[in-house]
Amino acid sequence: MNAAAASAAASADTDPSTDLRIALVGLPNCGKTALFNRLTGGRQKVANYPGVTVERKEGAFTGASGRRYRLLDLPGTYSLTPTTLDEAITRDVALGRLAGEAQPETIVLVADATHLALSVRLALEVRDLGLPMVLALNMSDLARRRGYALDRERLAAELGVPVIETVAVARRGADGLIETLERMPAQAPVPARGWQQPSAEQVRDTHREAARILDVAGYREPARRALAAQADRMLLHPVLGMIALAVLLFFVFQAVFSWAETPMGWIESAVASLGEVVRGALPEGPLRSLLVDGIIAGVGSVIVFLPQIIILFLFILALEDSGYLPRAAYLLDRVMGSVGLSGRAFIPLLSSFACAIPGIMATRTIPDMRDRIATILVAPLMTCSARLPVYALLIGAFIPARAVGPFNLQGLVLFALYFAGIIAALCVAFVLKRLRRGEDTHLLMLELPDYQWPDPGNVLLGLVERASLFLRRAGGLILAFVVLLWFLATYPAPPQGATASPIEHSYAGMIGHALAPVLAPIGFNWQIAVALIPGLAAREVAVGALGTVYAVSGDEEAVTQTLSSVIAADWSLATALALLAWYVFAPQCLATLAVVKRETGGWRYPLVMAGYLFALAYIAAGITFHAARAFGAG
Amino acid sequence: MDIMAPPPAEPAVRQLADLPVGGVATVEGIDEVGVLSRRLLEIGFFPGARVEVVAAQWPGDDPIAVRVGGSTFALRRREAQLVQVSPLRPGEGTR
Repeated sequence: MNAAAASAAASADTDPSTDLRIALVGLPNCGKTALFNRLTGGRQKVANYPGVTVERKEGAFTGASGRRYRLLDLPGTYSLTPTTLDEAITRDVALGRLAGEAQPETIVLVADATHLALSVRLALEVRDLGLPMVLALNMSDLARRRGYALDRERLAAELGVPVIETVAVARRGADGLIETLERMPAQAPVPARGWQQPSAEQVRDTHREAARILDVAGYREPARRALAAQADRMLLHPVLGMIALAVLLFFVFQAVFSWAETPMGWIESAVASLGEVVRGALPEGPLRSLLVDGIIAGVGSVIVFLPQIIILFLFILALEDSGYLPRAAYLLDRVMGSVGLSGRAFIPLLSSFACAIPGIMATRTIPDMRDRIATILVAPLMTCSARLPVYALLIGAFIPARAVGPFNLQGLVLFALYFAGIIAALCVAFVLKRLRRGEDTHLLMLELPDYQWPDPGNVLLGLVERASLFLRRAGGLILAFVVLLWFLATYPAPPQGATASPIEHSYAGMIGHALAPVLAPIGFNWQIAVALIPGLAAREVAVGALGTVYAVSGDEEAVTQTLSSVIAADWSLATALALLAWYVFAPQCLATLAVVKRETGGWRYPLVMAGYLFALAYIAAGITFHAARAFGAG
Repeated sequence: MDIMAPPPAEPAVRQLADLPVGGVATVEGIDEVGVLSRRLLEIGFFPGARVEVVAAQWPGDDPIAVRVGGSTFALRRREAQLVQVSPLRPGEGTR
């Protein structure tokens, strides 16, 4: 075994073309991901580690010698003693313990040069693994500008590893690191046999040793800018900080809805003209119907939300890069904590206003599994943008555009619907907290990193990553469901000479009629029942389905207009209000449930989620219907 | 024994959670209760480290923001209660 390893190492030494497996290890917020992007040019393979929902990011680059480097971006951690699933992955990969993942041959320990103490302590812990290591002093330009001092040679001598300055956000900022890696011999990793988790005493020792080394190396930490301290005094203030957060959120939502309008219009018309082109090019038949009514319309209904998602994520990524988001989590921790959520749930829930899918994926940053499940379960109660077309149709048809003080009644109803979702989420989280009883072991322990200007390159890369993730995960699932629902809504074909709408004769129509008695007590007629079925794929499809049921034809704009006059005549106000209430809790779109299954690793939570949402929607719609009738809106 | 000893009304050692905003102290130790204490130790709350409370949320000063080493951390009250500190500026008063 040893001989084989040695000979493998020897042959690798003589062959510069052998891949070298490198892993990036570092504290959270050390600029590790920016350095990863710099080295790999942003080209990366994103997947999950086998069996867990921890994101695995791998990229590759080639050195001047022709040697290929395979770079793994390990989750950020303060130590090799994990408190979260992500940190356990970092430890297990570094130790070569994770099944299906080869141990890295070299570790690049990424440190934030503006405060080195914790990074050097981590380096001491990682050094004990016995793998070749390079210490990269990232953000060295920033540290220099703020007047840091360090004898790099001395630090390298004390640690016994090369120490390189890097600037992840500058064009050639990682060249020095690559040159150093080129000189690293390729060698088979030494299995870290007998590695033991350090004791508390050993952690204290590494703190002392790190302080001693930094002292010997003449490290002078740059002074914190007075501006940063001032900003914190205001932004972390219990009152001023909350006001600033509210103003910021208001601005973000304003931007998400107003800036996205134009590009959403473009996408809608592009999808419509693509549908027309295909319709014109193909003979009438099932294939044309599947392509135009099923795939193009269905997938189009999802990508139309891309502008909103991109704008929301633009803000989220820029705020994250600037160091503000953890501060928002700090401000909201108390409110969220009172219903059993962590302040960290703020970011996923904010994302869920665009779409629950990226929101649920963002819960990976929540260390406590129970906190994470609770956040996932309430995420769909945040009013996602897919509910807007339904709200717009019903509000336009039934709520008069009357002025109420300085506000418009329609706008107030829309606001109330958003607000109802948030309140419902808090209530559900509270019930979940009560249900799970047990000891309350929630962690906050969240680092509030120094403020910095967001790097446009990183924000852009992050946006591309989020957008493609959304399109791949949601797009693929939606495609499958849309095809299925198209089938249900199209077959069997209506008999010759049938007068009713074709959908009435289809499987979807049959299901709708079968459901009608169940939905009658909450004021829904069979047409609504039919529309709710395609509405499962994506809520906004319900509008189109209502159009089909009422046999209205025309483009989407026309459907909404004529449909609102049709239903205004056909439905009572109580029915419309009940449907609005139904959609606040709206039985999940299937794509969200599929993502929940993937993220929680089983059917349990998607079923719990669907069940409680159906129950809440039914109860809320029922109460609304009967209350409205009692007040004479029947 | 020491004529410079602080007045006895001021307890020498208290919990980080009870330090007022702006209060500066030295870490004395951490109560050992598993993974939580371990992480506090790792992020820099080791004996001798200097800490400063920079903000506290209302009501009940939960959570608080603490500067330790070169970093700022948000800690829930329960977490901050595990850290024993001795204030560097006596007379700031307990709450």
